[in-house]
Amino acid sequence: MEYIKNIKKSYKLKYNITYYIIIAIVAVMSVMSLTGDLKRSTMGLLARIAYSIIMALSLNLVVGFLGELSLGHGGFMCVGAYIGCFCANYLHNVIGSPLLVLIIAMVIGGISAAFFGFIIGLPALRLKGDYLAIVTLAFGEIVRNIFKNLPWFGGAMGLSTVTYSSNSLFIVGFVVVLLVLFLSQNLIRSKHGRAVTAIRDNEIAAKAMGINVTFYKLLIFVISAAFAGVAGVIYGHFTTPVMYSFFSYNYSIEVLVMVVLGGMASLNGSIIAATLITVVNFLLQDNLSGDLAALRLLIYALILIVVVLFNNSPAFKPIREKYSFHKLLEKLSSHRKPGTVTDDKADWNKIESKIPMDEVLSVDFRTEEATPASDFTEKEDNDNG
Amino acid sequence: MADVVLKIEDLGISFGGLHAVEHLNLEVKEKQIYGLVGPNGAGKTTVFNMLTGVYQPTTGTFSLYGETLNGKTQEAINHKGIARTFQNIRLFTNMSVIRNVMVGLHNQPEFKCDPFSSMLRLPKYYKTENAMRARAKEILDIFGLLEERNSLSSNLPYGKQRKLEIARAMATNPKLLLLDEPAAGMNPNETAELMDIIRFIRDEFNISVLLIEHDMKFVSGLCDEITVLNFGTTLAQGDAQTALNDPEVIRAYIGG
Amino acid sequence: MNIILDGLGLGAIYALIALGYTMVYGIAKLLNFAHGDIIMVGAYAILTMLNMTGNPWLAVIVSVVVCTAAGIIIERFAYRPLRSASPLAVLITAIGVSYFLQSLAQLIFGAKSRPVTLPALGNITIFGASFSVATIVTLVVGAIIMAALTLFVNFTRTGRAMQAVSEDKGAAQLMGINVNRIIMITFAIGSALAAFASLFYLMQIPATSPTLGSMPGIKAFTAAVIGGIGSIPGAMIGGVLLGLIEKICLSIPVLSAYTTAIEFGLLILILLVKPIGLLGKKRRVKV
Repeated sequence: MEYIKNIKKSYKLKYNITYYIIIAIVAVMSVMSLTGDLKRSTMGLLARIAYSIIMALSLNLVVGFLGELSLGHGGFMCVGAYIGCFCANYLHNVIGSPLLVLIIAMVIGGISAAFFGFIIGLPALRLKGDYLAIVTLAFGEIVRNIFKNLPWFGGAMGLSTVTYSSNSLFIVGFVVVLLVLFLSQNLIRSKHGRAVTAIRDNEIAAKAMGINVTFYKLLIFVISAAFAGVAGVIYGHFTTPVMYSFFSYNYSIEVLVMVVLGGMASLNGSIIAATLITVVNFLLQDNLSGDLAALRLLIYALILIVVVLFNNSPAFKPIREKYSFHKLLEKLSSHRKPGTVTDDKADWNKIESKIPMDEVLSVDFRTEEATPASDFTEKEDNDNG
Repeated sequence: MADVVLKIEDLGISFGGLHAVEHLNLEVKEKQIYGLVGPNGAGKTTVFNMLTGVYQPTTGTFSLYGETLNGKTQEAINHKGIARTFQNIRLFTNMSVIRNVMVGLHNQPEFKCDPFSSMLRLPKYYKTENAMRARAKEILDIFGLLEERNSLSSNLPYGKQRKLEIARAMATNPKLLLLDEPAAGMNPNETAELMDIIRFIRDEFNISVLLIEHDMKFVSGLCDEITVLNFGTTLAQGDAQTALNDPEVIRAYIGG
Repeated sequence: MNIILDGLGLGAIYALIALGYTMVYGIAKLLNFAHGDIIMVGAYAILTMLNMTGNPWLAVIVSVVVCTAAGIIIERFAYRPLRSASPLAVLITAIGVSYFLQSLAQLIFGAKSRPVTLPALGNITIFGASFSVATIVTLVVGAIIMAALTLFVNFTRTGRAMQAVSEDKGAAQLMGINVNRIIMITFAIGSALAAFASLFYLMQIPATSPTLGSMPGIKAFTAAVIGGIGSIPGAMIGGVLLGLIEKICLSIPVLSAYTTAIEFGLLILILLVKPIGLLGKKRRVKV
């Protein structure tokens, strides 16, 4: 009975307002789609929003909470889309219910992407910062290059898939969004989430506290890859053929823009930003033709630069402190005392482990021979007598 | 005679020909507060780094309750019962005070909960989380930080950050606590309070403490025994008064 | 034989770009993602000058000036405000700058690939074998530039200041070195090298598009990492190695489609086996 009490407590409206908003919107949309009041294009947009949100949440786990940059998230989505939809194509002959096929395909796509996440994460997570970013980028390119050339997956023509009737794909999509949000939020609000954020905030201290850094990095990487794989399957059921070219570096960056715009380590922010950017994409798609389409990319670039500069440059500090969004929220919401911390917050300036970039490995050099003498002086330079 | 907790035998490390620490021998006994003193660059922090697995010693061994620990990873050494604080405070700056301590509790056997139970919020999740929170509150209470438990750790004043770091280290339930300049940057009142806290946790948790400190009053008032290092070599060893009055030690500090 | 020479030529291009990465990384400790796009800027500068004046020499000079200016501007406005920020923030900004340059080029010049007609250099026959003059020029000029750079870094005041900054920024500042100025010079040199890289690139493939720089950029970064990031000879070796591998893979029919996968696979392999690269220096973690 205590369990039920606990559940009741942790699902109070004020802590989980996002769930309820999403549920409300999707419920309204679903009813409208059943009564035929929703335009086809709107339903398509909703499906796109669904997989974008999943991608943004998935990347935020890695970037916001783990503090590592992945530039190959499109690669995991690609694996999920190709393998999941490839299986779905066969399953359609065996299973009559398209919903069941979609669910099985999502499971398969998620697992196969997770598998790739494990394979690539196991060695790659020994690397730090830029190096990890570049390896994940390389991974994304490798995946694309391979799927482009494998004849079973349609080669350069792309893998043709059976698309799910688009008027209800978005409902399934948003159920998955809720599931992904539920799982990520629970993970982050548990001891495991604390371990992950501890690694991000100060890896050396986390190790000294006995946190298994490799395990947690890998865990987040695998979970995040699985979510991206599921998003890929939804994508594959939305568009046909599944083209390797969609999952390019540019797409990975687009997802990164969503995460940065929404705020590092803010799941709600990611949801809002993913929705916003997908809608903007959708609107601009029709209005900007030809080379003007680059205007959209230009806007993304400016968003990235401006948001990061604003949040990190010392020059903007006074403005930041005066008009902080969180301060505003604190004023608005009474249940949050000023100065209280929430899960959904990470101030990059506060992260002390400004990893010196030349610190290549997250593991130490214990097995290697000693370093040049000049390095010795660095170590105790904080000694003050 | 009391049991030996930490036994360091002929420990040494060199970086490319430079002997940072050489032939270090010392024994920390049960419930002892042991001081490691020496001028800048004497290799004190390097000793800590070897004892916690950050650096791999080039010679010698160290053992905790007879179990040899060199060659183990930082995580494994922590699990075996050595916890430390850092010279330049290393808190989890984006986390609240209580969450910092809860990270310290992470590996305690009574708070086991696999990631999947957590992700699905199974009953085990609530049980673990509530128990961890309760335990963390107890620890914070000991250190007088209970009031501030929900504020951001980086917003604490300096002295309290030091205390929080010790609290976090104590949460890992160590047998031996390594304190790297715990009194640095504290005012005399805070230092006196810190001395009481260190004695209190030694008695309350039944642990031994090995600490690095520059403040000689602090060292002689608190430590049962000390080792003085200079340029990686041991200058003097023994109870605080005798060791600090050793002519070699005085020469190393004052010069001459 | 021709494959090897082509590979060396391509390698020289990669090496020139990789030098830009490696110098900036070594000194400012940041991965300048936009470096590849500087090549693209250089290519468009050449294109524009050729169309306006038709003089290839002028085009090259203008391209070097434009690239250098672009490098300095980017450093000043995008990276300098973030000097003390977390590396992740800097990396994301660098990606933003890269994106910005690409989309700006697309807005101005269009997404379509535009032909660049540099004067044809033809082929030369030595010992009965025919070689492309462009490749030979690339190799020779590339080698001269790299030698000059090595001399510059090791034997001039500024060069030594650069080494000092890369060793320890704080200490260099205390020694009276203007760190901001050194970083700016590094960016300028790296971008000027990128301008030469763009010229050689156009001599091989005479067309330019907004995304021209991204692939060679990423590959050159790969080369820099393979050679050991921060090491100037490492960047040269890595670049030549990668160029050779690419050309050899392309010449083998079974492998040619998978060339990208092989190159990046090699990168991952090297990072796993010897993460500091072939000639990289390792540093100790500070606790």
